[in-house]
Amino acid sequence: MKVNELFKSELKVINMGLESFYQDMKSQDVSAIHVNWKPAAGGNEKMAALLARMKSLQ
Amino acid sequence: MANFIDQANKEALKLMQNAQPTLIGMGIAKDTLPGMRENLILHAGPPVKWEDMSGPLRGAVVGGIIYQGLAETVDEAKELAASGKIDFDSCHHHLAVGPMAGVVTAKMPVFIVKNLDQGNYAYCTMNEGLGEVLRFGAYGENVINHLNWMEKTLYPILKEAIEIHGPIDIKSMNAQALQMGDEMHNRNKAGTSLFIREIASSIVKTNASEEDKVKVFDFLNSNDHFYLNLSMPGAKCTMDPVGKVKYSTIVYGMARNGTEFGIRVAGLGERWFTAPAEIIDGLYFPGYSMEDANRDIGDSCITETSGIGGFAMASAPAIVQFVGGTPADAVQYTTSMYEITLEESVAYKMPNMNFRGVPTGIDIRKVVETQIRPVINTGIASKHAGVGQVGAGVVRPPMKCFEDALQAFVEMLDNEGLLD
Repeated sequence: MKVNELFKSELKVINMGLESFYQDMKSQDVSAIHVNWKPAAGGNEKMAALLARMKSLQ
Repeated sequence: MANFIDQANKEALKLMQNAQPTLIGMGIAKDTLPGMRENLILHAGPPVKWEDMSGPLRGAVVGGIIYQGLAETVDEAKELAASGKIDFDSCHHHLAVGPMAGVVTAKMPVFIVKNLDQGNYAYCTMNEGLGEVLRFGAYGENVINHLNWMEKTLYPILKEAIEIHGPIDIKSMNAQALQMGDEMHNRNKAGTSLFIREIASSIVKTNASEEDKVKVFDFLNSNDHFYLNLSMPGAKCTMDPVGKVKYSTIVYGMARNGTEFGIRVAGLGERWFTAPAEIIDGLYFPGYSMEDANRDIGDSCITETSGIGGFAMASAPAIVQFVGGTPADAVQYTTSMYEITLEESVAYKMPNMNFRGVPTGIDIRKVVETQIRPVINTGIASKHAGVGQVGAGVVRPPMKCFEDALQAFVEMLDNEGLLD
């Protein structure tokens, strides 16, 4: 789908990350849901690495 | 294919699901708790030295020393506590749990709860009621007199009544109370009522005087938290066998001593992972604020460790009037706990969650990965000894406890040559 066509059609938005983007959609009456997503271990690289090592277990 | 950690967790979860906590009797701490002795005072949470104890724990220790007859005055008790002649240890190290300060002395009566599935025991003192009480750090004459009444009148009557009645199934009582609006940590109204209903005719059959029987009934009826001191050892004897499952990542102990919060993880044995306990942003009684609050304290979060308490908040909507928030928040708290647990309880079902089982088996990997910390309903003690409870609220353990445990777990696997 060409980008212009996308924006001419009714938008249904799934927002991940900053919740303010979702709030902006809602304030403009755009159908949107917000996914409560966070990077693994809240972005703590040391913890994410430890988790990855444990997940590597077979 | 499941790896050996998944297999270990499966075994640990089976122990939790199959546990059969049962009240089988009462005894005196010195004769009952392993390792208990005259100069030993047990307290809630991980081990802590006298010099590091917070106000309410110090107050409870002073009261415990006076009650035990080891000192006559407050000054003498403080001097003795600091002298090194009194040993302090965690309740958990002696198969016991205690709400708030959790102080247990040698002559205190305790409930004996047995996990019939594994044959292990857990112990807890009787709940003193609200107001000026030892567990919130009060040590005045009224507190000591009340403890003496509990020892001389309440204990022998309840002990005899339990002998007449026979074993009381705590698991079944928990399941019923949960369906009646309790979460068995900060709301125990239904559990207390069920206990009174169960034991009533046996109390009447004891050899005690009519006057004392009436006093016992009046006390039980006046104390909505009486059942807490049964749900706690019920949870403790449910979780202790989990602590012996090597390679399990499930948390089998969470406790606070008023200074530090500590957790214990099955695969890491008896080691505590600690961090400074938090000050609770809850609902404060009129005239009090966070300024008056002590840091988080008590062994009562053994209930959450086993999947009830804050984890079952959805089933106890009335509790939000006590700890803050709305019934929708209570549902949200419970729902979020499924993100950090491995199973749903088969026995503990919540009607307004379409009879979904409570979230069971906190996995340190899930806590660190999601950054969702366990939710705990708790009372708030004044930071000053002797004042008592100043509020209630929702609190969470410090993330550091889980992160340190995860690191130790990986180090253990590394040391055993189990990781690439």
